[in-house]
Amino acid sequence: MPDVRLSGTGLTLAYDQRVVATDLSVAIPDESFTVIIGPNACGKSTLLRALARMLKPKTGAVHLDGSVITSLPSKEVARRLGLLPQTSIVPDGITVADLVARGRYPHQRLMRQWSRADEAAVAEAMRSTDVAELADRIVDELSGGQRQRVWLAMALAQETPILLLDEPTTFLDISHQIEVLDLCADLHEAGRTMVAVLHDLNQACRYATHLIVMRAGKIVAEGDPTEIVTPDLVHEVFDLRCEIIPDPQSGTPLIVPESRRRVSPATA
Amino acid sequence: MRPAEDTAVTAAEAAEAVKRPVWAHPAVLATGLVLALAVLALMAMASVALGARSVPFSTVIDAFVAPDGSNDHTVIRELRVPRTLLGLGVGATLGLAGALMQSLTRNPLADPGLLGINEGAALGVTLALGVFGLSDPVVYVWFAFGGAALASVMVYALASAGRSGSSPVRLTLAGVALGMVATAIASAILRMDTQTFDRMRFWLTGSLAGQTADTLVRLAPFMVAGLVLGLLLARPLNMLALGDDAGKALGVAVNRTRILTGVAVTLLCGAATAAAGPLWFVGLIVPHAVRAVVGPDQRWVLPYSAVAAPVLLLGADVVGRLIARPGEVQVGIVWAVIGAPIFIMLARRKRVAAL
Amino acid sequence: MIVRVGPYSVRLAPRALLVGLALVLVACAVTVAALSTGEFTVPVPDIVTALFGQGTPVAELIVSKLRAPRVVTGLLVGAAFGLSGAIFQSLTRNPLGSPDFIGFTAGASTGGIMAVVAGGSAATIAGGAMAGCVITAALVYGLAFRGGVQGYRLVLVGIGANALLLAVNSYLLTRANVNDAATAGAWLTGSLSGRGWDHAIPVALALAVLVPVCLRLARPMRMIEMGDDAAKAMGIRVEPVRAAAIAAGVLLSGVATAAAGPVVFVALAAPQLARRLTRSPGVTMGASALMGAVLLTGADLAAQRLLAPTQLPVGVLTAAVGGTYLALLLRKDRH
Repeated sequence: MPDVRLSGTGLTLAYDQRVVATDLSVAIPDESFTVIIGPNACGKSTLLRALARMLKPKTGAVHLDGSVITSLPSKEVARRLGLLPQTSIVPDGITVADLVARGRYPHQRLMRQWSRADEAAVAEAMRSTDVAELADRIVDELSGGQRQRVWLAMALAQETPILLLDEPTTFLDISHQIEVLDLCADLHEAGRTMVAVLHDLNQACRYATHLIVMRAGKIVAEGDPTEIVTPDLVHEVFDLRCEIIPDPQSGTPLIVPESRRRVSPATA
Repeated sequence: MRPAEDTAVTAAEAAEAVKRPVWAHPAVLATGLVLALAVLALMAMASVALGARSVPFSTVIDAFVAPDGSNDHTVIRELRVPRTLLGLGVGATLGLAGALMQSLTRNPLADPGLLGINEGAALGVTLALGVFGLSDPVVYVWFAFGGAALASVMVYALASAGRSGSSPVRLTLAGVALGMVATAIASAILRMDTQTFDRMRFWLTGSLAGQTADTLVRLAPFMVAGLVLGLLLARPLNMLALGDDAGKALGVAVNRTRILTGVAVTLLCGAATAAAGPLWFVGLIVPHAVRAVVGPDQRWVLPYSAVAAPVLLLGADVVGRLIARPGEVQVGIVWAVIGAPIFIMLARRKRVAAL
Repeated sequence: MIVRVGPYSVRLAPRALLVGLALVLVACAVTVAALSTGEFTVPVPDIVTALFGQGTPVAELIVSKLRAPRVVTGLLVGAAFGLSGAIFQSLTRNPLGSPDFIGFTAGASTGGIMAVVAGGSAATIAGGAMAGCVITAALVYGLAFRGGVQGYRLVLVGIGANALLLAVNSYLLTRANVNDAATAGAWLTGSLSGRGWDHAIPVALALAVLVPVCLRLARPMRMIEMGDDAAKAMGIRVEPVRAAAIAAGVLLSGVATAAAGPVVFVALAAPQLARRLTRSPGVTMGASALMGAVLLTGADLAAQRLLAPTQLPVGVLTAAVGGTYLALLLRKDRH
């Protein structure tokens, strides 16, 4: 399959003894902006972690460019596939520039610690995430939104054609969420394959070119959001009655939840 | 506004949810506490009757009803009885102190020994005895209080220094570090004074032996004060278990509860350490076991811990006396050998990380 | 600062280089002071001639046979403790994650005491300490392993092992006869007195092998400080790196303890002091080793001279260093 670089087949995913998903197969279309979505604890982050080789599947395998991902040298994978993890730890007293520069690790060797290519990649990553003017600031002192952009810059500096993001918008306010997602869309447009786990169905519909909908460890639907997102699907997956109208901004599906009770304006 | 019948349903559901299992009924728990006290009494008798020196049980009885001044009777009346009473007092104080600390810090690994508080108290006692030559327990116990209080404040500050705030692991590590520094300074002081060193060597590893009835009598008021204060804190601590903000919203004076708990812990740990040296793990394991049986309500956890801990401490002391006859193994060592594997087991559980 | 030669490039931090240079100078100064002063003062110029075998017989005896081995052992042991501390603080992501607190030093002590009780020679005691340290580390690692070793679990299991071993140690001491207890007690405070070349050489060999290993591990370990997932995403095989780092750290602290006894708190204080001086994010290996060497030789010199003619065990001085360090952590980290 020339148009799929990253895929998983027959995956059984488990933490210790707790099985999250069985016989899961998934293919990430190349140069897509794929969004994985589903209710809490449906296994969406687990699937992403498996695709990023963070979690070893009990059965089945993840393939990258036709080879089993675990058979490839670790650094080699890191040059093709990047991950923005859900939680990372900021080392004490590190500056923005230093943290972003650490994204170049897979391209470096003991005797080639800082090539001109490294320099260019870091500068570009900081420019596109708009953190260049923060370069000398201590990461600890930044706001949540700024910090998330710095982590994203680090993942970008890795210069991988595929980038996985595990809930990149958590803990961000709405304007920073849109900012990060717009940035992802830009990166997608520039030719990268983006895969993100998101919580907000409307955001997923607006940004995804390919949507994977999960429930209880199974993929319920996948495809173009405009084609697959229906009131029935939302009810099946989230147990929520809703109307779907076109998003006035983008024309993508916009979910309007039904409430158990009649909602009337606050003052009549 | 919510319709009335909706609220009613929710209330009924809520009542269903809080319905307690049979064993958690107050009457059952109270009976259990009485039973635990009975076990404690039995253990105290065993501690008087058993020891490095074998004394027939009839002689033990005679020692109380018709003392004749014989060797056996003297051993029992002047060594084993004070020692048993000391075990009762130290066990109850450390058990309660551990339960209080675990509740206050919401840290399942909190323990007066592990968090360096007993070592701080021990350093205070060492200073009093080794440097200032004070040998009256009523005087040097204040040094123990000072050391314990200072250690509590420092360990809390150390663990919450830095940006990620306090976590069980950070708190434990800070406590161990502080304890080791205090111990190192104490041994350095003792090394300069061979006489004191000889006297305090066993005390420093935690031992119930070698304290006179007089010391016990003089320390007892402090222990009792700590026990009473600690037990009175159960209700506000129950509320604080929901978090500081929730506690405040429920009308608990958060800071006052914190400070009073700190005072109680200081009294308990200081007095216990002045009497028996720095003991580890007594305050860690007992509250864990108690919570597994009686549930999270501090009104039961605290008294049960105060009763169960001396049972185990006396048990360990008896074991230490029996396994190495004619010598004995100090109770601190026996406890560490039992307690460390349990601690490791607790640490291996995943839940600790999530806290 | 970047040095590029053809396709090769190396990143250098000017401040770290300066601090390193300064530490080397301080170490040299301490060394000269330790060689020159004491009951018998050897003027500085005579030290050089004595070292090259050109001096007076007395000076030669004092400098080359008595003082030089002690100083060299101190430098090497201090460097080993410093490196070991740097490794464990990085792995546990905690400035208190020192081998002193997670059972390794206590395990080495247990081995050493057992060797003393068994009536061993100096070499057997060293071997016992080494074995005790390695066995403890293997057990702690094994118990902390659950599909990988998380730093926090290593710390907690280590603390449990530490408590157990401290109890075993005091049990052994109370069981031992008076002479053995005194020998073991003296060894337990840690001391550099009476150390000869046969103490220094094993440490030197261990450092020669392990320093390159540590330098190799330094970069991946820095990435692991950002979390396992972040490091894996960068193509680091986290578990092998961590296992190798633990092995190196354990061997370093084992070989150092074997040579000088369980000198506590050098491994604790050196890495963070070095970090603060270099202002680098995360722990730095080279500066930590140098700082360890300076701290230990400095403490040893102070122990010999402070209450002269009474000689304190160096462990007493490093305990004071440990206390000061904790106070410093309290002061500096508060926001």
